[in-house]
Amino acid sequence: MANVKEMKSVLFGPIFANNPIALQILGICSALAVTSKMSNTLVMCIALTAVVACSNLFISIIRNHIPSSVRIIVQMTIIASLVIVVDQILKAYAYSISKELSVFVGLIITNCIVMGRAEAYAMKSTPFMSLLDGLGNGLGYSIVLLVVGFVRELFGSGSLFDVQILPLASQGGWYEPVGLLLMPPSAFFIIGGFIWVLRTFRTEQVEPKE
Amino acid sequence: MEQYINLFIRAVFIENLALSFFLGMCTFLAVSKKVKTAFGLGVAVIVVLGISVPVNNLIYHNILAPGALEWAGFPDADLSFLKFLTFIGVIAALVQILEMTLDKYVPALYNALGIFLPLITVNCAIFGGVAFMVERDYNFGESVVFGIGSGVGWALAIVALAAVREKLKYADVPDGLRGLGITFISVGLIGLGFMSFSGVSL
Repeated sequence: MANVKEMKSVLFGPIFANNPIALQILGICSALAVTSKMSNTLVMCIALTAVVACSNLFISIIRNHIPSSVRIIVQMTIIASLVIVVDQILKAYAYSISKELSVFVGLIITNCIVMGRAEAYAMKSTPFMSLLDGLGNGLGYSIVLLVVGFVRELFGSGSLFDVQILPLASQGGWYEPVGLLLMPPSAFFIIGGFIWVLRTFRTEQVEPKE
Repeated sequence: MEQYINLFIRAVFIENLALSFFLGMCTFLAVSKKVKTAFGLGVAVIVVLGISVPVNNLIYHNILAPGALEWAGFPDADLSFLKFLTFIGVIAALVQILEMTLDKYVPALYNALGIFLPLITVNCAIFGGVAFMVERDYNFGESVVFGIGSGVGWALAIVALAAVREKLKYADVPDGLRGLGITFISVGLIGLGFMSFSGVSL
């Protein structure tokens, strides 16, 4: 049985030391377009964390029964079914957010973090550790997304979770919103900056010169 | 006809899958170090999108959409909740069939594209294209144009990024930004360039 220390490193490692987005370029595909508002970002993070944790758990439970030649199809089916469940729950309880996220909930299926963790970790670890690994990677992904969402909503429209923080100039306040931050390309600049900050403190992640 | 040209221009430039919806980013960043490989991958994406969007369009409208099973005697059936599972299965199967067909009949093309095809199954651009097709309710003709157009847009974006990255090798980038960081920022700049197309319509 794994000890507490190992459990901690599996759970918290992916957040900074081995962040799936900043270090492994995994899973940015589906998510950046939803980061212009904190509320959408948070829902997306919860959805992805739930899917990656559950898919790791279920795949790990049946890992000894999956023939290796069809394992990708089996993993895809499990992940797709989980995403359908998440999508139906969102439609039932948070219809307006589910409309705004539109196709991006479905895109969790092809999010490389989910497939990557299933293939790299859940196929050869015990169910409990896989669950922790899934949670950890979900959190690592969430932290990058939340930082991007925070910057974009606060400076792009002066609010957080739709609550006005900085009074806008157009409504008699003093803050002139940065329209660029609501455009898609700004997310790339913010992630580039996030990586720069992260690597300034963790110099072992700096890539060698070619 | 005009409507199709308009849709094509929109799919290629204005609503570029890679640069304005961030689709296919993982492969986009990982396979864009050389123009030659980027071009190969781009062509493969055009082919797969051009086939899989129309095929999934037929499947959705004839089997999955609410009331679509009327021809089989189930006018009340609504299978649309199965769409994710079906689409991903269809895409995986199509890629597999394409790979085997190319291997048998056009070995030269298979050698050029072969290594990219498995990568494409899990490429979000393909799935995203299919999901947008359903979301925006395209008919069959529109879905053919949209599939090919968005593929061309994605290919253009990855070739442009690869060309920039080939030159970036000679630049003196700050340590923390080297590699991935500067790539992200370049993608952002290319995206800004593409944004100047918005508003173009025929």
